[in-house]
Amino acid sequence: METLKAKHIKDNNKTTLRISGAEAIIHCLLAEGVDLIYGYPGGAIMPVYDELYKFQDRLTHVLTRHEQGAVHAAQGYARVSGRVGVAMATSGPGATNLVTGIADAQIDSTPVVCITGQVPRHLLGSDAFQETDIIGISTPVTKWNYQVTRASEIPEIMAKAFYIARSGRPGPVLIDITKNAQFDELDFSYEPCNAVRSYNPYPKPDPKAIDAAAALINSAKKPYIVYGQGVILGQAEEQLKALVEKAGIPAAWTILGLSAMDTDHPLNVGMVGMHGNYGPNILTNECDLLIAIGMRFDDRVTGDLNTYAKQARIIHFEIDPAEIDKNVKVDIAVLGNARDSLELLLPKIKKNSHKDWHDKFKEKYREEYDAVIKNDLQPTKAGLTMGEVVEAINKASGNKAVVVSDVGQHQMVTCRYARFKQTKSNITSGGLGTMGFALPAAIGAKMAAMDREVVAIIGDGGYQMNIQELATIFQNKTPVKIVVLNNDHLGMVRQWQELFFERRYASTVMTNPDFVKIAEGYHIKAKRVTKREELAATVEEMMQSPEAYFLEVKVEKEDNVFPMIPSGASVSDIRLK
Amino acid sequence: MKKQWFTISVYSENNVGLLNRISGIFLKRHINIESLNVSKSEIDGVSKFTVVVFTTEDWTRKIVMQIEKQIEVIKAFYHTDEETIYQESALFKIASNLLFDERQIQNIIKESHAQIVTVSREFFVLAKTGKREEIDDMYQLLEPFGIMQFVRSGRIAVSKAEMRISTLLKEFEHK
Repeated sequence: METLKAKHIKDNNKTTLRISGAEAIIHCLLAEGVDLIYGYPGGAIMPVYDELYKFQDRLTHVLTRHEQGAVHAAQGYARVSGRVGVAMATSGPGATNLVTGIADAQIDSTPVVCITGQVPRHLLGSDAFQETDIIGISTPVTKWNYQVTRASEIPEIMAKAFYIARSGRPGPVLIDITKNAQFDELDFSYEPCNAVRSYNPYPKPDPKAIDAAAALINSAKKPYIVYGQGVILGQAEEQLKALVEKAGIPAAWTILGLSAMDTDHPLNVGMVGMHGNYGPNILTNECDLLIAIGMRFDDRVTGDLNTYAKQARIIHFEIDPAEIDKNVKVDIAVLGNARDSLELLLPKIKKNSHKDWHDKFKEKYREEYDAVIKNDLQPTKAGLTMGEVVEAINKASGNKAVVVSDVGQHQMVTCRYARFKQTKSNITSGGLGTMGFALPAAIGAKMAAMDREVVAIIGDGGYQMNIQELATIFQNKTPVKIVVLNNDHLGMVRQWQELFFERRYASTVMTNPDFVKIAEGYHIKAKRVTKREELAATVEEMMQSPEAYFLEVKVEKEDNVFPMIPSGASVSDIRLK
Repeated sequence: MKKQWFTISVYSENNVGLLNRISGIFLKRHINIESLNVSKSEIDGVSKFTVVVFTTEDWTRKIVMQIEKQIEVIKAFYHTDEETIYQESALFKIASNLLFDERQIQNIIKESHAQIVTVSREFFVLAKTGKREEIDDMYQLLEPFGIMQFVRSGRIAVSKAEMRISTLLKEFEHK
């Protein structure tokens, strides 16, 4: 997207506008179509903030209360909008505070550009005030990073940063800009980047691999699809649905694949992984063909690799060549964007229904329903369950909300029970498991989808890891709905201690503050629910609220999440209790 | 899977920080870098990293894929010893009096095809190029006489098969 001002510069022979590096950074952002960034000012980034002040009518800067909040908000924004999220921070501690979010974006393939200030070039390496080697620190957790020390580098590097962050398998890019490069002037012109010669973001699907995949799918008796976030990032949702329906193949989601397909679709059979559904895990070891689409065989999905789908042929649709045969050896690898690959595949697929095979999933679902789901969603015991809260949110939102979850028991419950009709609606920290992700990510998610309800579901532990972002919500009047499922424990760790450490609850018991009062301190409307009778109406009230709303639900203190594949066990050994 | 020697060749854009990025890939997986050499390549502006590892082929392949994934890396390859022509260099600094007092040293120099780089009153320097075992053998022979300083370079290697970097870069230009 070209802005008017950038066009003006281009038309004027490209060398007429002499501006500071700091102003150039703003022009680059505008030229990339950015109108919203998250950040926190400080000494080494002040020239850029001075320009942000001048450009505030065209570029909104949201001041978070911690740099970690800024990068998670940028992630939430990116995950819901499909655009590149931008976070900005100063040098030293500002930059290091971004690192957790950058690592999270790297492992969850989220397009984010982080801009950090750095001490002036002549002070680099002198241990100057707030100097840190953020390039060195961020190298293992960025798709690309670069230190700009001359103003003239800014346009080219910024263009490259956005291109690399969003293309191929997306990821975080960090650009560190020394203060002298922000102050110094350059002749500004902006050319968007469309290619980097050493980088091939979209491998072309091999027609032979497509043919081989189609042949296997057409002859399979018990084919089974596991889809991941690659479907969402590759915009292949329609193609996935078409494949599932045409070939009659049951499909299960990974935690990040969730919402790529309507959760109520009859062939969408549930979640795989450690706390996934019973059938999808157990039947992984009964299918004759496993079709992995845009997923990376994470250990939380596969359990013990030596007993994972050994009986099945495996097809892997994947954009990143480094993921092929990384964890699971596959029979056919189809490299490429999921959408391109599935489009080539679809015409070669024969219609089928696999009714008997699908019935097996139904049968396993009934077993899981009787043993687990019924008690989670329609409990008869006194204490509230996390599952019934998620179900109440489903009902109140009509399955239309964006749901942002944090990390732990509530996250697993959310990803099992939240219902979705629309893609890019399940936002959670998958690979890194970052507690503290949800509250700031919900801010970014809401700002990316102001027309939709955004509900953050958070545990009492993770909530307190970025609780300061309530101030950001208040200051920006961001109407997010915050639900804290409070069991006064670090629930997931406590569950492991109960099951595998003979109930030695080392540092998992939380003496919590009055969360309602805290929210009210930030001028956010707040309520607490302790009884089942109050739940539905209060959730409804929260959903109807035009402004931000905080809801604390006191849930059963020592509930466990089941089913569960014990760490290192086989998917076949999934436990219902 | 059995562990063996592999030579990894990486063609990359000449970029500050890439060495850090590449070495991190080994570090993360606890794969020791047995030797490392960075130099220009046959293509203008393209650098070549030559890394030697002793590990399984499976790990080597995964590492090469991770290296190739880095933005500035054009292409990475791995080869067994049989698939490459490779050499290392070593320098030996030895006290000069030994050259006259110990006749055996002159024989070692002749037989090992080492080169005398410099001779001064106090010391002389031998340069030896060859395979690691040849350098090791020479070290064993000289050690009893006393070696003042010793250093060996990283392996440099060319593959017997073609590495189509120029073709790759041309394809890119035509995209």
